[in-house]
Parts: sequence; structure tokens; C-alpha cells
Amino acid sequence: MICLATLAILAPWIAPWDPNRPDIKKILDQPSKAHPLGTDQLGRDVLSRMLYGARVSLAVGFVSVGIATLIGIALGAAAGYHGGTIDALVMRLVDLMLVFPRFFLLLAVLAFLRPSIWTIMVVIGLTGWMSVARLVRAEFLTLREREFVLWSQSIGASAFRIIWRHILPNAMAPVLVAMTLGIPAAILTESGLSFLGLGVQPPRASWGNILNEGKDAIEIGWWLSAYPGVAILVTVLSYNLLGEGIRDALDPRLRQSVGRIVSRSR
Amino acid sequence: MSPRAAVRLLGLLLALAVAGCGGEADSSVDTGATQTHVAARPAYGDTYIEALRGNISGLIPNVLSDGPSFEVGSMIYSGLVGYDKDSNLKGELAESWEASRDCLDFTFKLRRNVKWHDGHPFTAADVVFTYETMVNPKTPTAYAGDFKPVESVVAVDPYTVHVRYKHPHGRALQSWSIWMLPKHLLEPYVLEGKLREAPQNRANPVGTGMYRFSEWRTGERVVLTANPDYFEGRPYISRVVYRIIPSSATTFLELKAGGVDGARLTALQFKRQTEYPAFRKAYTKYPYAANIYVYLGLNLKDPRFADRRVRQAFAHAINKREIIEGVRLGLAREATGPYKPGTWPYNPNVRTYPHDTEKARELLAAAGWKEKNADGILVRNGQPLKFDLLTSQGSDEGRKVAEIIQASFKDLGVQVEIRVIEWAALLKEYIKKRNFEAIMLAWGVTPDPDQYDIWHSSKTSPDELNRIGYANPEVDDLLEKGRRSCVEAERKKHYDRLQEVLAEDQPIIFLYFREELPVVSSRVRGIVPAPIGIQYNFNEWFVPKPLHRYTAG
Amino acid sequence: MLGYALRRLVLALPLLIGITFVSFLVIHLAPGEPTELQGGEVTSTQSDRELRERLREIYGLDKPLHVQYWSWLTRLARLDFGRSFSPDARPVLQKIGERLPVTLLLNIVELAIIVVLAIPIGVFSATRQYSKFDKVTTVFVFVGFATPDFWLALMLMILFGVQLGWLPISQLRSPMWEYMSFWQQHWDFLTHLVLPVVVATFGGLAGFSRYMRQSMLEVIRQDYIQSARAKGLAEGVVIGKHALRNALLPIVTVLGLSLPGLIGGSVIVESIFAIPGMGQLMVQAVFERDYPVIMGNLVIVAALTLVANLIADLTYSLIDPRIRVAARRGRR
Repeated sequence: MICLATLAILAPWIAPWDPNRPDIKKILDQPSKAHPLGTDQLGRDVLSRMLYGARVSLAVGFVSVGIATLIGIALGAAAGYHGGTIDALVMRLVDLMLVFPRFFLLLAVLAFLRPSIWTIMVVIGLTGWMSVARLVRAEFLTLREREFVLWSQSIGASAFRIIWRHILPNAMAPVLVAMTLGIPAAILTESGLSFLGLGVQPPRASWGNILNEGKDAIEIGWWLSAYPGVAILVTVLSYNLLGEGIRDALDPRLRQSVGRIVSRSR
Repeated sequence: MSPRAAVRLLGLLLALAVAGCGGEADSSVDTGATQTHVAARPAYGDTYIEALRGNISGLIPNVLSDGPSFEVGSMIYSGLVGYDKDSNLKGELAESWEASRDCLDFTFKLRRNVKWHDGHPFTAADVVFTYETMVNPKTPTAYAGDFKPVESVVAVDPYTVHVRYKHPHGRALQSWSIWMLPKHLLEPYVLEGKLREAPQNRANPVGTGMYRFSEWRTGERVVLTANPDYFEGRPYISRVVYRIIPSSATTFLELKAGGVDGARLTALQFKRQTEYPAFRKAYTKYPYAANIYVYLGLNLKDPRFADRRVRQAFAHAINKREIIEGVRLGLAREATGPYKPGTWPYNPNVRTYPHDTEKARELLAAAGWKEKNADGILVRNGQPLKFDLLTSQGSDEGRKVAEIIQASFKDLGVQVEIRVIEWAALLKEYIKKRNFEAIMLAWGVTPDPDQYDIWHSSKTSPDELNRIGYANPEVDDLLEKGRRSCVEAERKKHYDRLQEVLAEDQPIIFLYFREELPVVSSRVRGIVPAPIGIQYNFNEWFVPKPLHRYTAG
Repeated sequence: MLGYALRRLVLALPLLIGITFVSFLVIHLAPGEPTELQGGEVTSTQSDRELRERLREIYGLDKPLHVQYWSWLTRLARLDFGRSFSPDARPVLQKIGERLPVTLLLNIVELAIIVVLAIPIGVFSATRQYSKFDKVTTVFVFVGFATPDFWLALMLMILFGVQLGWLPISQLRSPMWEYMSFWQQHWDFLTHLVLPVVVATFGGLAGFSRYMRQSMLEVIRQDYIQSARAKGLAEGVVIGKHALRNALLPIVTVLGLSLPGLIGGSVIVESIFAIPGMGQLMVQAVFERDYPVIMGNLVIVAALTLVANLIADLTYSLIDPRIRVAARRGRR
């Protein structure tokens, strides 16, 4: 994972070819010494495109999930802590967003604004916060009744302080897990959008659109599908394992060996 | 083995498996070694399965506008006239016709003993009815335009129709290839303006064409059976099944597995995936130039592009050969103007623009674009030469062309940003509002050379087709003259000159005419490749008896 | 509890209206109108302004948005979903009704298989945490999750359809279906289902199995499991009877939440397999701006979502009494 991130950042320096320059003499060349991962349908080097694509795909993953998580935490905390009407309002908002035609929002945004990787990230983020919100709300509902909260309330601490300092750190475990699961989902969503032609604009490469362009050449250009696929797979696996690892480490209920205690309330 | 290593291994294995699945090892492709030796004696029977790229939207093509519906519709219905293999008009339901010298009167003599699929006789009343349907304001059709200049349509007797025009109209004769509709079934719907809701649009359409309707399962298939009473003779192939398969990758696999008998291939499939012996034995390729050309449109209201030198510079900067090789793998012909090479209006003697970056630079410099800024982009009065190139999201081809153009222009010092926009939005917000700088599009070329609607300066309102805002009085004049005559030789003079002017002006940069790449199972005989394609004589296609594949039905 | 449920139900109707209204607005936000697209294909040199005007009138697009919404809503109250804006002008319910059964069938079969497989996988992974089985299945399900659907579909088609010839490649029926005997027809249909179901299941296995594993892990650590073991009960009974039952409860919740998703199809799988399902219908409707069809689908999904959420919330609070208490307290 760290490996991938480093490669992505270093892409402009280490990419051997211009990722965006077509070269018709080299259409769909097999992997060779000059082009270790082959060339695509316009003769561009796949390795270079993969490297640049890593930046796009990873960025999409991080930022959109980041946005979604922030929104989700904010709304979920509000709902879980205050309960009552705020809770009801937020949950109904969740219902609305679940039904919401995200596709249309995307179409509208892409048509009106200059579609860039940012608009895509924001749209995915804006429409994907619901599960985080639910999780946070559920955690808050249980944690709210705990002693340390009641104690803070009794000494007159403000709601914000209570949430921020006491409840949130304890609620973070499932959130972290959701984040790590969300990143690959966001990457796959971007890939799906590329399938429908709505992903990152050409000639910019992303793993999703390399995959998508490769589907028409699956038999003779297997490298166009294999390599992005493997890259996505590795990313997905690593993030998921990371997420589960975090969960296992932080949640005392899952502790296997009795020795390791992570202090939770401060 | 750690999970990560396992993943790598798995990925490698999968990749190897795929690499191993090259095209050559396909055992299920019918090698039919005996096929070439079988005598080609026409026989009735067998089923032909064709892959259709999209769902049809209905069964009355007059009120529809998509390719698949027209393809199927043309099997079910006929027009008064049709096209022969060289794209010349020939009679279909009309046995013969006469035109007056001033091109205002046409008299069609209809074939006798033509029956609708339900047995009813076809007569002049149906022709009149079809005309009235097309011009009825309540009928939702996009093709009424060519019937507006008609003054009257009269059924002189059951087999003679007299059409009178208000003024000479070049496309007059061509417009009578419109599908004829049955008066006895559709009249009530047309009068109410509910032609689309008529049951014949959903099932059991009645036409006079070579095949009769059998079944339509939406999104899945359309089944047609041969019309034994077809006026040009009963078709040999007794059943046609259109399988609706949206994905070209899937279509190709079905072809290899023998699940379809005919399909259109992509350039890549045609060139690189079908050259092995088993495929070539089982299928025959019939490439022909399509009637569509791809072009780079520039908004002529933009002061930068209003200067002809800039457009000519672009034309020189674009390497058409590179585009054809890169995007179509060589399967296209360069376009020098809006007419297809090989058709009668085509004029080969026009100015061409070979790839010449130096010349392009000179022309741009003459237009004021001499200096370059720090990024290497040409500037004039401090303004860099950069623009957005729009392309439709549904078109892979357009996108690839745009990417090659972008790279070519970069060398020149022109910066191009590509924007892929979904078609509905592109049409509404950018094309109709003339809110674009450059755009990748394509035009279809009709057999009749009249292109008034595209080039005439009066056709620039948002709903009309002169999208780039072209206005050239000489061109306007030529278009009008061409339209008002019905003598081919005379019209050719005007259209020749039109092509010369357009080549000089380069209002759009004509790129290429793509080739259609159909393949058909080798067991099907009787196919005669022609400039117009291969399906024009479908009723003459047959499969010799010993090679029949589907004997039921 | 009952009061809560009733309150939600009463709120459901205005909520539904609100959701559909907001969605209606957003849908019209995207530029482009259905009438624009019916003037011919992109390359067509025919265009007819009058046609467009005619259609706008027929579709009511010349009226302001809230008027359009209101007429849609009042028609809906009579359970009239209107007619599609596409050239075939057929009733929306008919178009949805044609595609829904296929999508439902595929989704239900897929869900059933996933549940049947995911539960044992989850249980065994949990009870043998970090073992070889656990690691292998982890990798396996994530490979399934991350593999692009279309790639897997094409690979399987090549292998089983072209090379081996065991299974049909696309669609749901063979071209000569009508000439087959009754049993042949059904067998044909089944063989056509195999590949799409496999592809769909392979991708969906990850979610459920990981969730099951997680849930099982939590339950196993509970005190009452330890005490059951201490009591001397056999491990099988401990796991099978006590742990499993409790671990399954959240799964039921999740299943409930997947209910609205059952009527949605994956457009990618559908286009690769040429299966006429809801996914393709909806995507096409979006590109054609076929508002009645889009709204029709939206209303059904919204209704199902509200119902599913309500059931999920109710069962969730039933499971976890802490939440129930807290929720009640929150309403102070």
C-alpha cells in the first residue's frame, strides 16, 4: 500500500514514456523490454499510464471517502447524541439520499461544470456518506449512556466538547473500518463511471478507464485488463486488511490475548 | 504463502490463462471444410441470426429515429422507390415513374398484385394515406420535412399516383423511399394523432416488405419470417432472428461460438482478431464504405476560427492518415468533402491538405499567431491559442480522434482540452446554444446530394443544422440551384463547384468516411458486395440445402 | 415501540412525496430534454422543430416544473404511472413489468446463493480466526470483490462458451427456443442463468461473508459463550446453537436493507450478458431523459427503501436493547 502510494507520487519522475501521447505505430503491443506492461489502443505506454493512473485512482479513493466520512461523522454524531427530532430529521435525510439519483447529479455536474477529478470526487463523496452516518449514530446511541458521558454532562461540559473529546474517539473504530472499506469502493465506483463514459476526462488515465478501454480488446490486449485489475485488487485487499486489522486492534471485545490493553477512556 | 504473494500469483495465473486464450484455439467455430465445395443451388429454408447492437424502439419506423428500428423496419416495409447496389434509385412498390421537365410533377405507376402481410391489396390509396400521415401535424415524425414542398398527392386510379410539388425539390424522388403504411389498419390512429400508441408499433406490424413480423421480445430479440407473397419473389431464408446484444465484445464471442450468423465487427476485431484460418473459413468479411463521415467542427462565430487561414492551418496540422491508422486501423477513407468517394456527386478535384506542420505554422503566423508563451503555446495579443474540444460520451471513436488531434496540435503550439459530455447534455447545452469552440461530430450522407440544411446561411437558428454558423453567399446560391433542379448532369455541376468552395473554405475539417465491417457466415450465399452494402438484396440470400443449420421452423 | 412504528408509517407518505419532489427537481437539473433526442440520430441531417414542439406539448414539458410534478403526482395517486417518453410511448408500468421479473429472479437467486455460502464461510473464518482457511477465504472473497464484473464475465464466456462450449454465452434463451420441448426449454433457461449468477455472486460474496465473520467474532467473545463452554457443552452446540443465533440477527437486518436493491439491476452485467433487465432500462431512460420511467422506478425504490429502513430500524433496536432504551430516552 505504501509502495503504491510512493509510486503514485513519484510517477512524473519515473514514468518512462509520456502517458498521453498516442503513437499509432505501436497499437496494442505486447509487453516487452521497452514497454514492460504493453501499449494501449492508441499506442501509449501502459506502465506510464498506470503510474499516473495510480495518482488519480488513489486520490479519488482518499478524497471522496474523506468527504463522505466527514459528512457522515457530523450528521451521525448529531443524530446519535441529540436524538429526538434531530435524529429523525437526519435519518430521513439518509432515506432521501439512499434513493437519490446520484447518476443525475453526476450528469448535471459534469455537463455544467468543467469536469475534473475534483468534481467527481466531490459527487461521490456527497452521495456516499450514509453508511458512515448510520454507524456513527449507532455508536453514539450506545456510548451516550455510558458513565463518562453522564459525568461530563453533569459537570456542565458543552455538547460539542463531549462529542469531540469523549465519545468520538471511542466511536472511531467502526468509522475507520468503514473508511478503509470505502476507499476501494470509491475506486470501483470511479471505474464503473468510466464504463459509462463519465469518469476522468481523456486523455487522463485512471485505472478505471484503462480497464474500460481495455474491455474491447480483451483477447488480444489482455494486459490492459490484467494490470489495472491486479492493481485494484491489491489496493482493495490491502485497505480491507488494514481496516480489519485496525478494528481487531482497537476493539477490546475482540482481544485474543489478554495482555494487550489499549486505554480507551481518558 | 502470504496473502499478498497469493494475490500476485493469482493475478499472474489469470493473466496467463487469458493470454493462452488467443483466438486460434477456438474449437467451436464451424470450420465447414466442405463449405466451399458445395454447389450453390438456391434452396429455401434455414434461419439467419443477426446481432443487433441496440433495442428497437418500435415497429413503425416512420415515427422512430434510431438505426436498429430502421434496419428491422426496412425488412418489414417497402417504399415506392429504393436503391440498387450502386445507390441509384430503382422502383420498389412503384414499377416505374415519370417526372415532368420542370420537376414539378411525378407520376408513379404502382405494381399490381402486391399484398399487405394480412392479405389486403396494396393500392394508391395507401400511398396517399402515407403522405397524409407524414404531413399531419399530429404525427410525431422527424421526416416530414421532405414532404412540405408537396402540393398534392392524388390517386388517379388504384395503381397510379400523381404527386405535384410547389417548387422543384431535389430530394423529391428520394423522399418516396419512405415506408408505406397500411391505410386500412392505421387510419384511425393517425387521425387521432396516436400513431405511436397503435398496437402495430408494438406487435404485428403490417407492411409489404420481404419479411413478416413474428415476434418482438423487448431488449431480447425480434423474429421475422419470410413473406411468401413478396413482390420480388419469396425470400430463400425462411426466418430471420435479430438478437439484441449491446456489447461488441459479447457479439464477437457469440460469433465465434456460432451463436450468431452475422454481425458488424469493430475495427480491432476485424483487423487483429479474425485473421486466423478457422474464422476465415467459417465467416466471410464484406467491408464497404459507410455513408458517415467524421469531422472536426469549429464555431465560426469565434473570431479566432472565423479566419480561414486558421482553419486551413488546422487542416494541415492534422494527420488524417495517422487518425485513420490509429482509430480505424486503416479501415476508413479520407474525406475531402461532404460526399462519399464513388458516388455520383463526388468531386475528386478539390484542394487537399496533406499533413504539413510547417505549412500550418506559416498559416497561423499569417493569421497573427506568431509568438509563443512560456508554455510553448502560440499567442496573439496576449491571448493563448487554446480551446475546448467537445466530444460525445457515447463515442469511443470520437474520443480517440480527439486525443490524436490534441497531440498533433500540441506540437504546433495549440492547446486543446478534451471534454467528454453525455449526448443529451451536449446537444441541449452546447450544440443547440452554439456554446462550443470545437466539437467532434459526424454527418450521415444521404444518397441525394442536397445538403441545404447543413450549409445554408439561413439554417443557423438553434434548432437547425448549420451548427457552425457558416455563411458563404456562393455556397448558398449553389445549394439553392442544386435543389431546384432534377436533372442529374445539371446538379452535378453545382455540387462539384460546392465541393471546391468547401474545400477551400474548410468550414469544418473533413476527416474520414469510416468503413462498415459486417461479416456473414460462409454458408450463406447470394451476397453481392456493393458500394451500398450487402443487405440490399437480402431476399436473394440463401443457404444451400446440405448446409442448413437450423432445420426446425 | 408500536408508537414509534406507527409514527414512522404516518410520516412515510409525506416523506415519500418530499423525496420524489426533490428527486424530480434534480432529475430535471440535468440538461437535455427527451424531445431533443427524438429528432434523429446524431448523424442525421433531418431535424424537425415542429416535431419537437409537438412532443413538448404532448409531454407537458412546456409547463413549469411544479405544475409538471403536480400532474405526475395526481396521476400517481390513481396508480397511473403515465406513458414513457420514448418513441414507443408505452405505459411505464408495462415497461417496468417486462423487465422486473428477470432482474428479480437474478437478484434473488444471487442473494440466496450468497447467503448460503457466506454464512458458513463467515462462521468458519471466525471460529478459526487467522488460520489458513481464514486467510485463503479472505483473499478469495476480496478477489471476487475487486474483479471487474465485465472482465470476469468475458473470461467465463470465453472459457465456457467459446472454448469448451458447455454454456451459452448471452441472453436468456437460445434462438431456437420455441422449437424446443418443454423440458429442453427449461433446461435451456437454466443454463443461460449460470454465468450471470456466477459473476454476480462472486462479486457480492465479500460483503456478506465479512459481515458474518465480524458478527460471529463479536458474539464468540461474549461472556455467555464462555459460560456455555464452562458448563461443559460441546463446542458444536455452543457455536451452532448459541453463537450462531445471535450472530445471525444483524445479518437479518442487512438482508432487510438490501430489499430495495433487489429491483435494481447491474447495467454492466446486463449489457455484457445482453439480458434485458432493470439496469439497462434505467440507464437508457436516463440518457433519453425518459422522465416518467425514471420517476416510476424512483417511486417504487423510494417506497421500498422507506419500508426496509423502518423494518431494519425496528429489528435493530429489538436486537440491541441499549438502543431501544436510548432512543426512548432521547425523546424526552
